[in-house]
Amino acid sequence: MPELNYLKDVTTLKLDQEKCTGCMLCTLVCPHGVFAMQDGKAQLTDRDRCMECGACARNCAFEAISVSAGVGCASAIIYGWLTGKEASCDCGGSC
Amino acid sequence: MSQSCCPPETETTSAATSSCCPPQPAAANCCPPATLEESCCAAKDKKERPGYRLEPYVTDWLSTPTGEVPQVATRLGRQDTLGAWQMRWGSGRNRYTIAPGLYAVGQPDGDAPVMVSANYKLSFDALRKELSKIDAWILVIDTKGINVWCAAGKGTFGTDEIVRRVKSCQLEKIVSHRQLIVPQLGAPGVAAHAVARQSGFKVIYGPVRASDLPSFLLSGLQATAQMRRVTFKARERLILTPVELVMMNKVSGWAIICLFLLGGIGPSIYSLNDMWHRGLTASAVYLAGLLTGAVLTPILLPWIPGAALAWKGVVAGLAAAVLACGLFAGLLDLPGSLALLLALPAVASYCAMNFTGSTTYTSPSGVEKEMRLAIPLQALALLGAATAWFWSAFSGGS
Repeated sequence: MPELNYLKDVTTLKLDQEKCTGCMLCTLVCPHGVFAMQDGKAQLTDRDRCMECGACARNCAFEAISVSAGVGCASAIIYGWLTGKEASCDCGGSC
Repeated sequence: MSQSCCPPETETTSAATSSCCPPQPAAANCCPPATLEESCCAAKDKKERPGYRLEPYVTDWLSTPTGEVPQVATRLGRQDTLGAWQMRWGSGRNRYTIAPGLYAVGQPDGDAPVMVSANYKLSFDALRKELSKIDAWILVIDTKGINVWCAAGKGTFGTDEIVRRVKSCQLEKIVSHRQLIVPQLGAPGVAAHAVARQSGFKVIYGPVRASDLPSFLLSGLQATAQMRRVTFKARERLILTPVELVMMNKVSGWAIICLFLLGGIGPSIYSLNDMWHRGLTASAVYLAGLLTGAVLTPILLPWIPGAALAWKGVVAGLAAAVLACGLFAGLLDLPGSLALLLALPAVASYCAMNFTGSTTYTSPSGVEKEMRLAIPLQALALLGAATAWFWSAFSGGS
Protein backbone atom coordinates (compact mmCIF):
# COMPACT_ATOMS: atom_id res chain seq x y z
CA MET A 1 0.00 0.00 0.00
CA PRO A 2 1.37 3.42 -0.89
CA GLU A 3 2.05 5.67 2.11
CA LEU A 4 -0.38 8.41 2.96
CA ASN A 5 1.38 11.75 2.75
CA TYR A 6 -0.28 15.05 3.32
CA LEU A 7 0.57 18.56 2.11
CA LYS A 8 4.22 19.56 2.27
CA ASP A 9 5.56 22.50 4.25
CA VAL A 10 2.36 23.48 6.03
CA THR A 11 3.01 22.45 9.62
CA THR A 12 3.58 25.09 12.29
CA LEU A 13 5.88 22.77 14.24
CA LYS A 14 9.12 24.33 15.50
CA LEU A 15 11.91 22.88 17.57
CA ASP A 16 14.43 24.98 19.47
CA GLN A 17 17.40 22.70 19.90
CA GLU A 18 19.06 25.14 22.29
CA LYS A 19 16.40 24.36 24.89
CA CYS A 20 16.32 20.60 24.27
CA THR A 21 17.72 18.54 27.12
CA GLY A 22 17.40 15.21 25.34
CA CYS A 23 14.67 13.77 27.56
CA MET A 24 13.29 11.94 24.49
CA LEU A 25 9.67 12.37 25.46
CA CYS A 26 8.80 13.96 22.10
CA THR A 27 10.11 10.90 20.29
CA LEU A 28 7.81 8.75 22.44
CA VAL A 29 4.58 10.73 22.13
CA CYS A 30 4.70 11.66 18.43
CA PRO A 31 2.35 9.29 16.57
CA HIS A 32 4.12 9.88 13.25
CA GLY A 33 7.78 9.52 14.13
CA VAL A 34 8.57 13.15 13.32
CA PHE A 35 11.41 13.32 15.86
CA ALA A 36 14.62 11.36 16.22
CA MET A 37 17.50 11.66 18.66
CA GLN A 38 20.90 12.73 17.42
CA ASP A 39 23.88 13.57 19.62
CA GLY A 40 21.67 13.65 22.69
CA LYS A 41 19.20 16.12 21.26
CA ALA A 42 15.89 15.83 19.47
CA GLN A 43 15.79 16.54 15.76
CA LEU A 44 13.00 17.02 13.26
CA THR A 45 13.62 14.24 10.79
CA ASP A 46 10.25 14.00 9.10
CA ARG A 47 8.59 17.36 9.55
CA ASP A 48 6.01 16.98 6.77
CA ARG A 49 4.44 14.04 8.57
CA CYS A 50 3.44 16.30 11.48
CA MET A 51 -0.33 16.46 11.98
CA GLU A 52 -0.13 19.20 14.60
CA CYS A 53 -1.69 17.14 17.38
CA GLY A 54 0.41 19.02 19.92
CA ALA A 55 1.53 16.00 21.96
CA CYS A 56 5.23 16.90 21.69
CA ALA A 57 4.85 20.52 22.72
CA ARG A 58 2.52 19.69 25.60
CA ASN A 59 4.97 17.15 26.98
CA CYS A 60 8.15 19.18 26.53
CA ALA A 61 8.92 20.39 30.04
CA PHE A 62 11.59 22.71 28.64
CA GLU A 63 9.41 24.55 26.11
CA ALA A 64 11.69 23.63 23.25
CA ILE A 65 8.81 22.74 20.94
CA SER A 66 6.01 24.92 19.65
CA VAL A 67 3.16 23.99 17.36
CA SER A 68 -0.20 25.55 16.72
CA ALA A 69 -2.31 22.52 17.51
CA GLY A 70 -5.96 22.44 16.68
CA VAL A 71 -8.98 20.69 15.32
CA GLY A 72 -8.39 19.41 11.83
CA CYS A 73 -11.86 18.67 10.56
CA ALA A 74 -13.36 20.71 7.77
CA SER A 75 -16.74 21.30 9.39
CA ALA A 76 -15.06 22.64 12.54
CA ILE A 77 -12.91 24.99 10.46
CA ILE A 78 -15.98 26.24 8.53
CA TYR A 79 -17.68 26.78 11.90
CA GLY A 80 -14.65 28.76 13.00
CA TRP A 81 -14.75 30.90 9.84
CA LEU A 82 -18.46 31.59 10.15
CA THR A 83 -18.50 32.45 13.84
CA GLY A 84 -15.08 34.04 14.11
CA LYS A 85 -14.27 31.70 16.97
CA GLU A 86 -11.57 29.12 17.15
CA ALA A 87 -12.34 25.94 15.22
CA SER A 88 -14.05 23.60 17.62
CA CYS A 89 -15.61 20.18 17.64
CA ASP A 90 -18.65 21.66 19.38
CA CYS A 91 -19.97 22.29 15.90
CA GLY A 92 -22.34 19.36 16.31
CA GLY A 93 -20.08 17.12 14.30
CA SER A 94 -18.61 14.07 15.89
CA CYS A 95 -15.00 14.70 15.11
CA MET B 1 -19.97 -14.94 41.37
CA SER B 2 -21.66 -18.14 40.39
CA GLN B 3 -25.36 -17.66 40.35
CA SER B 4 -26.54 -21.25 40.10
CA CYS B 5 -25.83 -22.33 43.66
CA CYS B 6 -26.41 -19.07 45.47
CA PRO B 7 -30.04 -18.84 46.38
CA PRO B 8 -31.63 -15.54 45.58
CA GLU B 9 -32.33 -13.37 48.57
CA THR B 10 -35.95 -13.51 49.52
CA GLU B 11 -37.73 -10.69 51.20
CA THR B 12 -38.22 -12.64 54.37
CA THR B 13 -34.56 -13.50 54.82
CA SER B 14 -33.57 -9.92 54.20
CA ALA B 15 -36.13 -8.61 56.61
CA ALA B 16 -35.22 -11.13 59.27
CA THR B 17 -31.58 -10.12 59.22
CA SER B 18 -32.03 -6.41 59.10
CA SER B 19 -29.53 -5.64 61.84
CA CYS B 20 -26.44 -6.14 59.70
CA CYS B 21 -24.58 -8.79 57.76
CA PRO B 22 -25.78 -12.18 58.81
CA PRO B 23 -23.30 -15.06 59.06
CA GLN B 24 -23.13 -16.95 55.80
CA PRO B 25 -24.35 -20.54 55.94
CA ALA B 26 -21.39 -22.87 55.84
CA ALA B 27 -23.02 -24.99 53.18
CA ALA B 28 -22.76 -22.32 50.53
CA ASN B 29 -19.26 -23.43 49.68
CA CYS B 30 -19.24 -22.01 46.17
CA CYS B 31 -20.27 -18.54 47.25
CA PRO B 32 -17.36 -16.43 48.46
CA PRO B 33 -17.63 -15.64 52.14
CA ALA B 34 -18.68 -12.14 52.98
CA THR B 35 -15.74 -10.08 54.09
CA LEU B 36 -16.35 -8.62 57.49
CA GLU B 37 -14.48 -5.38 57.04
CA GLU B 38 -16.84 -4.35 54.28
CA SER B 39 -19.51 -1.83 55.06
CA CYS B 40 -22.80 -3.19 56.26
CA CYS B 41 -24.30 -5.90 54.07
CA ALA B 42 -22.16 -4.98 51.06
CA ALA B 43 -21.65 -8.57 50.07
CA LYS B 44 -25.36 -9.30 50.06
CA ASP B 45 -26.14 -6.22 48.08
CA LYS B 46 -23.67 -6.93 45.31
CA LYS B 47 -26.24 -7.58 42.65
CA GLU B 48 -28.98 -5.17 43.61
CA ARG B 49 -29.23 -1.77 45.18
CA PRO B 50 -32.34 0.34 45.33
CA GLY B 51 -32.33 2.87 42.55
CA TYR B 52 -29.26 1.38 40.84
CA ARG B 53 -28.95 -0.84 37.82
CA LEU B 54 -25.82 -2.90 37.40
CA GLU B 55 -23.94 -2.37 34.13
CA PRO B 56 -23.86 -5.67 32.21
CA TYR B 57 -20.06 -5.61 31.89
CA VAL B 58 -19.56 -5.63 35.67
CA THR B 59 -18.86 -9.17 36.83
CA ASP B 60 -18.11 -8.66 40.50
CA TRP B 61 -16.99 -6.23 43.15
CA LEU B 62 -13.52 -6.16 44.64
CA SER B 63 -13.01 -4.79 48.11
CA THR B 64 -10.16 -2.33 48.38
CA PRO B 65 -8.87 -0.06 51.16
CA THR B 66 -11.08 2.70 49.77
CA GLY B 67 -14.23 0.67 49.20
CA GLU B 68 -15.61 -1.54 46.50
CA VAL B 69 -14.37 -1.38 42.94
CA PRO B 70 -16.31 -2.94 40.05
CA GLN B 71 -14.55 -5.77 38.30
CA VAL B 72 -15.30 -5.76 34.59
CA ALA B 73 -15.42 -8.49 31.96
CA THR B 74 -12.65 -8.71 29.38
CA ARG B 75 -14.93 -10.31 26.84
CA LEU B 76 -17.38 -8.13 25.01
CA GLY B 77 -21.00 -9.22 25.13
CA ARG B 78 -23.84 -8.84 22.69
CA GLN B 79 -24.85 -5.48 24.13
CA ASP B 80 -21.30 -4.15 23.66
CA THR B 81 -21.23 -5.25 20.02
CA LEU B 82 -24.66 -3.80 19.38
CA GLY B 83 -23.63 -0.54 21.02
CA ALA B 84 -20.50 -0.38 18.88
CA TRP B 85 -22.57 -0.78 15.70
CA GLN B 86 -24.91 1.97 16.82
CA MET B 87 -21.95 4.27 17.38
CA ARG B 88 -20.49 3.51 13.96
CA TRP B 89 -23.83 4.44 12.41
CA GLY B 90 -24.03 7.63 14.41
CA SER B 91 -26.92 6.74 16.70
CA GLY B 92 -26.80 8.16 20.21
CA ARG B 93 -23.12 9.10 20.04
CA ASN B 94 -23.45 11.81 22.64
CA ARG B 95 -24.40 9.52 25.48
CA TYR B 96 -22.39 6.32 25.04
CA THR B 97 -20.60 6.85 28.29
CA ILE B 98 -19.58 5.00 31.41
CA ALA B 99 -19.24 6.43 34.89
CA PRO B 100 -15.76 7.85 35.54
CA GLY B 101 -13.84 6.22 38.38
CA LEU B 102 -11.78 3.18 39.18
CA TYR B 103 -12.46 -0.25 37.65
CA ALA B 104 -10.64 -3.56 37.90
CA VAL B 105 -9.85 -6.34 35.45
CA GLY B 106 -8.80 -9.69 36.88
CA GLN B 107 -7.67 -9.60 40.51
CA PRO B 108 -5.38 -6.57 40.76
CA ASP B 109 -3.42 -5.87 43.94
CA GLY B 110 -1.30 -2.98 45.13
CA ASP B 111 1.41 -3.72 42.58
CA ALA B 112 -0.92 -4.01 39.58
CA PRO B 113 -0.57 -1.42 36.80
CA VAL B 114 -3.05 1.43 36.47
CA MET B 115 -4.31 2.19 32.94
CA VAL B 116 -5.99 5.48 32.26
CA SER B 117 -8.91 5.56 29.84
CA ALA B 118 -11.69 7.82 28.61
CA ASN B 119 -15.31 7.48 29.61
CA TYR B 120 -16.43 6.87 26.02
CA LYS B 121 -17.63 3.30 26.15
CA LEU B 122 -16.02 2.34 22.83
CA SER B 123 -12.64 3.39 24.26
CA PHE B 124 -13.27 1.50 27.49
CA ASP B 125 -14.38 -1.62 25.57
CA ALA B 126 -11.37 -1.44 23.25
CA LEU B 127 -9.15 -1.42 26.33
CA ARG B 128 -10.76 -4.10 28.49
CA LYS B 129 -11.11 -6.63 25.70
CA GLU B 130 -7.30 -6.69 25.39
CA LEU B 131 -6.75 -7.30 29.10
CA SER B 132 -7.84 -10.91 29.53
CA LYS B 133 -5.41 -12.77 31.80
CA ILE B 134 -4.11 -9.44 33.05
CA ASP B 135 -4.68 -8.04 36.53
CA ALA B 136 -4.91 -4.28 36.31
CA TRP B 137 -6.73 -1.18 37.46
CA ILE B 138 -8.48 1.02 34.94
CA LEU B 139 -8.82 4.65 35.89
CA VAL B 140 -11.63 6.05 33.76
CA ILE B 141 -11.51 9.83 33.60
CA ASP B 142 -14.35 12.11 32.59
CA THR B 143 -13.89 13.10 28.95
CA LYS B 144 -17.59 13.88 28.43
CA GLY B 145 -18.03 10.68 26.47
CA ILE B 146 -15.37 11.52 23.89
CA ASN B 147 -12.64 9.08 22.83
CA VAL B 148 -9.07 9.44 24.07
CA TRP B 149 -7.49 11.12 21.03
CA CYS B 150 -10.24 13.61 20.30
CA ALA B 151 -10.67 14.42 23.98
CA ALA B 152 -6.90 14.92 24.29
CA GLY B 153 -7.07 17.39 21.40
CA LYS B 154 -9.73 19.34 23.26
CA GLY B 155 -7.91 19.01 26.57
CA THR B 156 -10.70 17.13 28.35
CA PHE B 157 -8.50 14.07 28.41
CA GLY B 158 -5.91 16.12 30.18
CA THR B 159 -3.61 16.87 33.06
CA ASP B 160 -6.24 18.45 35.29
CA GLU B 161 -8.79 15.68 34.95
CA ILE B 162 -6.20 12.95 35.54
CA VAL B 163 -4.92 14.68 38.68
CA ARG B 164 -8.46 15.27 39.92
CA ARG B 165 -9.46 11.64 39.33
CA VAL B 166 -6.30 10.21 40.92
CA LYS B 167 -7.13 12.20 44.04
CA SER B 168 -10.88 11.52 44.13
CA CYS B 169 -10.26 7.77 43.74
CA GLN B 170 -7.56 7.90 46.42
CA LEU B 171 -5.33 5.92 44.12
CA GLU B 172 -2.38 6.28 46.48
CA LYS B 173 -4.22 4.08 48.99
CA ILE B 174 -4.94 1.38 46.41
CA VAL B 175 -1.58 0.92 44.73
CA SER B 176 1.86 0.97 46.28
CA HIS B 177 3.63 2.19 43.12
CA ARG B 178 3.29 5.68 41.64
CA GLN B 179 2.85 5.07 37.92
CA LEU B 180 0.03 5.66 35.47
CA ILE B 181 -0.06 4.06 32.05
CA VAL B 182 -1.63 6.68 29.80
CA PRO B 183 -2.42 5.85 26.17
CA GLN B 184 0.01 7.59 23.85
CA LEU B 185 -2.83 9.23 21.96
CA GLY B 186 -3.79 10.99 25.20
CA ALA B 187 -0.48 12.88 25.10
CA PRO B 188 -1.83 15.98 23.27
CA GLY B 189 -3.82 16.80 26.41
CA VAL B 190 -1.51 15.49 29.10
CA ALA B 191 1.69 17.13 30.30
CA ALA B 192 3.51 14.22 31.93
CA HIS B 193 5.73 16.51 34.01
CA ALA B 194 2.72 18.44 35.31
CA VAL B 195 0.86 15.27 36.30
CA ALA B 196 3.93 14.10 38.23
CA ARG B 197 4.26 17.44 39.99
CA GLN B 198 0.59 17.72 40.91
CA SER B 199 -0.27 14.12 41.78
CA GLY B 200 2.98 12.36 42.53
CA PHE B 201 2.20 9.80 39.84
CA LYS B 202 4.59 9.34 36.95
CA VAL B 203 3.00 9.13 33.50
CA ILE B 204 4.23 6.26 31.34
CA TYR B 205 2.95 6.53 27.80
CA GLY B 206 1.61 3.20 26.62
CA PRO B 207 1.22 2.08 23.02
CA VAL B 208 -1.15 3.71 20.51
CA ARG B 209 -3.29 0.58 20.21
CA ALA B 210 -4.74 -1.26 23.21
CA SER B 211 -4.01 -4.54 21.42
CA ASP B 212 -0.29 -3.91 22.00
CA LEU B 213 -0.77 -3.52 25.77
CA PRO B 214 -0.10 -7.16 26.73
CA SER B 215 3.30 -7.17 25.01
CA PHE B 216 3.99 -3.66 26.34
CA LEU B 217 3.43 -4.95 29.88
CA LEU B 218 5.46 -8.10 29.24
CA SER B 219 8.43 -6.16 27.96
CA GLY B 220 8.63 -4.03 31.10
CA LEU B 221 6.64 -1.04 29.79
CA GLN B 222 8.68 -0.70 26.62
CA ALA B 223 6.90 0.08 23.35
CA THR B 224 8.47 -0.70 20.00
CA ALA B 225 8.65 2.05 17.37
CA GLN B 226 5.79 0.36 15.55
CA MET B 227 3.59 0.46 18.64
CA ARG B 228 4.17 4.21 18.80
CA ARG B 229 3.03 4.90 15.24
CA VAL B 230 -0.56 5.58 14.35
CA THR B 231 -1.86 3.76 11.28
CA PHE B 232 -4.76 4.30 8.91
CA LYS B 233 -5.39 0.94 7.34
CA ALA B 234 -8.27 0.04 5.02
CA ARG B 235 -10.29 -1.47 7.87
CA GLU B 236 -9.74 1.58 10.06
CA ARG B 237 -10.89 3.82 7.22
CA LEU B 238 -13.86 1.66 6.34
CA ILE B 239 -15.41 1.66 9.83
CA LEU B 240 -15.38 5.46 9.80
CA THR B 241 -17.39 5.82 6.60
CA PRO B 242 -20.96 5.09 7.83
CA VAL B 243 -20.88 8.01 10.19
CA GLU B 244 -19.65 10.26 7.37
CA LEU B 245 -22.86 9.44 5.49
CA VAL B 246 -25.05 9.85 8.56
CA MET B 247 -23.49 13.22 9.35
CA MET B 248 -24.53 14.37 5.89
CA ASN B 249 -28.14 13.18 6.33
CA LYS B 250 -29.59 16.59 7.00
CA VAL B 251 -27.69 18.29 4.18
CA SER B 252 -28.55 15.43 1.85
CA GLY B 253 -32.25 15.63 2.69
CA TRP B 254 -32.43 19.34 1.93
CA ALA B 255 -30.31 18.96 -1.21
CA ILE B 256 -32.61 16.29 -2.60
CA ILE B 257 -35.76 18.30 -1.82
CA CYS B 258 -34.26 21.33 -3.58
CA LEU B 259 -33.21 19.25 -6.58
CA PHE B 260 -36.74 17.90 -7.01
CA LEU B 261 -38.29 21.36 -6.63
CA LEU B 262 -35.87 22.90 -9.12
CA GLY B 263 -36.23 19.95 -11.47
CA GLY B 264 -39.75 21.05 -12.47
CA ILE B 265 -38.58 24.37 -13.86
CA GLY B 266 -38.49 24.35 -17.65
CA PRO B 267 -39.93 25.71 -20.91
CA SER B 268 -43.50 25.09 -19.69
CA ILE B 269 -42.72 27.19 -16.57
CA TYR B 270 -43.26 24.25 -14.22
CA SER B 271 -43.78 20.61 -15.05
CA LEU B 272 -44.57 17.96 -12.47
CA ASN B 273 -43.37 15.31 -14.89
CA ASP B 274 -40.03 17.07 -15.21
CA MET B 275 -39.91 17.58 -11.48
CA TRP B 276 -40.08 13.82 -10.99
CA HIS B 277 -37.71 12.77 -13.77
CA ARG B 278 -35.12 15.55 -13.61
CA GLY B 279 -35.30 15.57 -9.82
CA LEU B 280 -34.64 11.86 -9.71
CA THR B 281 -31.66 12.09 -12.08
CA ALA B 282 -30.15 15.01 -10.20
CA SER B 283 -30.63 13.26 -6.85
CA ALA B 284 -28.94 10.17 -8.22
CA VAL B 285 -25.98 12.32 -9.26
CA TYR B 286 -25.88 13.90 -5.80
CA LEU B 287 -25.97 10.49 -4.09
CA ALA B 288 -23.26 9.17 -6.43
CA GLY B 289 -21.11 12.15 -5.46
CA LEU B 290 -21.82 11.57 -1.79
CA LEU B 291 -20.90 7.88 -1.95
CA THR B 292 -17.81 8.58 -4.04
CA GLY B 293 -16.55 11.26 -1.66
CA ALA B 294 -17.60 9.87 1.70
CA VAL B 295 -17.14 6.13 1.17
CA LEU B 296 -15.16 5.28 -1.97
CA THR B 297 -12.48 7.96 -1.52
CA PRO B 298 -11.75 7.03 2.12
CA ILE B 299 -11.48 3.34 1.23
CA LEU B 300 -9.24 3.92 -1.79
CA LEU B 301 -7.39 6.81 -0.10
CA PRO B 302 -3.76 5.71 -0.57
CA TRP B 303 -4.26 4.75 -4.19
CA ILE B 304 -5.96 7.94 -5.37
CA PRO B 305 -3.35 10.38 -6.67
CA GLY B 306 -2.74 13.68 -4.91
CA ALA B 307 -2.22 14.79 -1.32
CA ALA B 308 -5.15 17.09 -0.58
CA LEU B 309 -8.32 15.25 0.34
CA ALA B 310 -10.44 17.67 -1.69
CA TRP B 311 -8.31 16.85 -4.74
CA LYS B 312 -8.60 13.09 -4.15
CA GLY B 313 -12.38 13.62 -4.12
CA VAL B 314 -12.19 15.42 -7.48
CA VAL B 315 -10.17 12.60 -9.02
CA ALA B 316 -12.53 9.89 -7.74
CA GLY B 317 -15.57 12.01 -8.65
CA LEU B 318 -14.33 12.61 -12.19
CA ALA B 319 -13.70 8.91 -12.67
CA ALA B 320 -17.21 8.12 -11.44
CA ALA B 321 -18.71 10.88 -13.61
CA VAL B 322 -16.93 9.69 -16.75
CA LEU B 323 -18.11 6.17 -16.02
CA ALA B 324 -21.68 7.40 -15.56
CA CYS B 325 -21.50 9.39 -18.81
CA GLY B 326 -20.44 6.23 -20.60
CA LEU B 327 -23.15 4.09 -19.02
CA PHE B 328 -25.97 6.56 -19.63
CA ALA B 329 -24.68 8.00 -22.93
CA GLY B 330 -28.03 7.48 -24.63
CA LEU B 331 -29.97 9.31 -21.94
CA LEU B 332 -27.80 12.40 -21.57
CA ASP B 333 -27.60 15.38 -23.86
CA LEU B 334 -24.52 17.60 -23.99
CA PRO B 335 -25.50 20.07 -21.24
CA GLY B 336 -26.76 17.18 -19.10
CA SER B 337 -23.39 15.42 -19.39
CA LEU B 338 -21.63 18.66 -18.58
CA ALA B 339 -23.75 19.11 -15.45
CA LEU B 340 -22.91 15.57 -14.38
CA LEU B 341 -19.18 16.04 -15.01
CA LEU B 342 -19.17 19.18 -12.88
CA ALA B 343 -21.57 18.27 -10.10
CA LEU B 344 -20.40 14.79 -9.19
CA PRO B 345 -16.72 15.71 -8.65
CA ALA B 346 -17.76 18.87 -6.73
CA VAL B 347 -19.95 16.93 -4.30
CA ALA B 348 -17.35 14.17 -3.99
CA SER B 349 -14.64 16.75 -3.36
CA TYR B 350 -16.62 18.42 -0.58
CA CYS B 351 -17.38 15.09 1.12
CA ALA B 352 -13.79 13.87 0.81
CA MET B 353 -12.59 17.17 2.27
CA ASN B 354 -14.86 16.56 5.26
CA PHE B 355 -13.13 13.24 5.85
CA THR B 356 -10.06 15.20 7.03
CA GLY B 357 -11.69 15.25 10.45
CA SER B 358 -11.51 11.47 10.60
CA THR B 359 -8.05 10.86 9.23
CA THR B 360 -5.07 10.18 11.45
CA TYR B 361 -2.52 12.15 9.47
CA THR B 362 -3.88 15.50 8.26
CA SER B 363 -2.83 18.71 10.02
CA PRO B 364 -5.20 21.61 10.74
CA SER B 365 -2.89 24.00 8.88
CA GLY B 366 -2.99 21.76 5.84
CA VAL B 367 -6.76 21.29 6.00
CA GLU B 368 -7.32 25.03 6.20
CA LYS B 369 -4.98 25.58 3.28
CA GLU B 370 -6.73 23.10 1.04
CA MET B 371 -10.16 24.39 2.06
CA ARG B 372 -9.31 27.97 1.10
CA LEU B 373 -8.65 26.79 -2.43
CA ALA B 374 -11.20 23.99 -2.68
CA ILE B 375 -14.40 25.57 -1.39
CA PRO B 376 -14.56 28.41 -3.97
CA LEU B 377 -13.81 25.92 -6.75
CA GLN B 378 -16.45 23.50 -5.49
CA ALA B 379 -18.99 26.33 -5.40
CA LEU B 380 -17.99 27.43 -8.90
CA ALA B 381 -18.35 23.90 -10.23
CA LEU B 382 -21.79 23.54 -8.67
CA LEU B 383 -22.85 26.86 -10.16
CA GLY B 384 -21.63 25.69 -13.56
CA ALA B 385 -23.45 22.39 -13.10
CA ALA B 386 -26.70 24.18 -12.21
CA THR B 387 -26.37 26.40 -15.29
CA ALA B 388 -25.81 23.40 -17.54
CA TRP B 389 -28.69 21.57 -15.90
CA PHE B 390 -31.15 24.39 -16.61
CA TRP B 391 -29.75 24.78 -20.11
CA SER B 392 -30.52 21.12 -20.59
CA ALA B 393 -34.13 21.67 -19.38
CA PHE B 394 -34.72 24.50 -21.82
CA SER B 395 -33.12 22.63 -24.69
CA GLY B 396 -35.44 19.69 -24.08
CA GLY B 397 -33.05 17.11 -22.65
CA SER B 398 -32.75 15.65 -19.16
